[in-house]
Amino acid sequence: MTVVPVADRPVALIDLLDRLLQGGVVITGDLVLSIADVDLVRIDLRAVIAPVAAAAVDAATQPL
Amino acid sequence: MTDTDIKTAIDADIDLDAEINAEIDNDAKSDLDAEMSNDVKTDVDQTAKTDIVYAYAVLRRTPEAARAVANLRGVAGEPIRLLEFGDDAPDGTPDPDDTPERRPPALAAVVGPVPAADFDEASLKAGLEDLGWLEATARAHHAVVAALTGRGIAVLPLRLVTVYRDEDRVRQTLEARRDDFLPLLDRVTGHVELGVKIYAAPDTESSDPEPTKAKGLGVGRAYLAGRRRRKRSTEDAWQAATDTAARLRELAGTLAVDHVAFHPQRGELAGSVPGPNVSNDAYLVPEDRVEDFRTRVLAAAEGLPGVHVEVTGPWAPYSFSLPAEPVS
Repeated sequence: MTVVPVADRPVALIDLLDRLLQGGVVITGDLVLSIADVDLVRIDLRAVIAPVAAAAVDAATQPL
Repeated sequence: MTDTDIKTAIDADIDLDAEINAEIDNDAKSDLDAEMSNDVKTDVDQTAKTDIVYAYAVLRRTPEAARAVANLRGVAGEPIRLLEFGDDAPDGTPDPDDTPERRPPALAAVVGPVPAADFDEASLKAGLEDLGWLEATARAHHAVVAALTGRGIAVLPLRLVTVYRDEDRVRQTLEARRDDFLPLLDRVTGHVELGVKIYAAPDTESSDPEPTKAKGLGVGRAYLAGRRRRKRSTEDAWQAATDTAARLRELAGTLAVDHVAFHPQRGELAGSVPGPNVSNDAYLVPEDRVEDFRTRVLAAAEGLPGVHVEVTGPWAPYSFSLPAEPVS
């Protein structure tokens, strides 16, 4: 196993997008745009932003 | 959001000037403390006509939070400030039974005015399809959130591009959710999010104990034997990584107060990785257990061939800020 010290690494974009596109407080209504309304078709972004519902189901079915 | 909601929002936007005037009236009436009141009036005067409002996070309104946002810049380089909500009853009339003791903590949204032309629906749709724009915006959003958590301030980060047409809409929407925010804020206070990613990392060089045996074989058979070993190495690594993932999840669960599983990372954005990502989890961990968590999770995977573990963070509690949407 190899370990890269965290301090030497910038935040990886994919980790950030996992959180900013699937996590964070979701507000519906009265927004300019909902992320869910966007295709995000390029560069494998579909894989990054798999539906929040699916992530929640995974968490519920996997033991802590 | 239903189509009707969207249509209503678009229709309402046409009458923006009237709403801005109403908002200024509202601000004049509210009894904010002097420091905040000045900020609000200045910003409304200067920015409301051409700007819309990008919201980054929800937090408790404290002097420390106000100081923390004072010099921050947002996704459009705009100054960041606190937009308070939740002080009055939703219709603006004071609750007759209200006393300072009974009042729940005042909340605020961390917001910044952004150019309407760059953050209207069409621009956002185009931007979210553009990796360069997406990365710059995500990093700037994260920088605002991280500046707050870096000072130990508990926040509920909002999802990327949470943008409203004006500040009144931010207030109204967030006010309607305050009963969700308070328990979530309580839960994340004193906690951080840590990421644990586990990769199957087949060892392509060393774990081959059989090269001498292969010497007696013809070229073709040696090739096939080598291929079988590599295949076995990949399968072994996958098995080892999934076993480790299960064990680490159990261990991490004892050190964390909550857990969310993201989908494993795939594709070009995953970058240069040691092998396939078999699990990609987030844990909510008490601040004073962060080093313990990191050390014990990494130690549990140490020396295991075919397994690579990464611990990321501390992050703001992005993955633990998701209350159920109110039923409408």
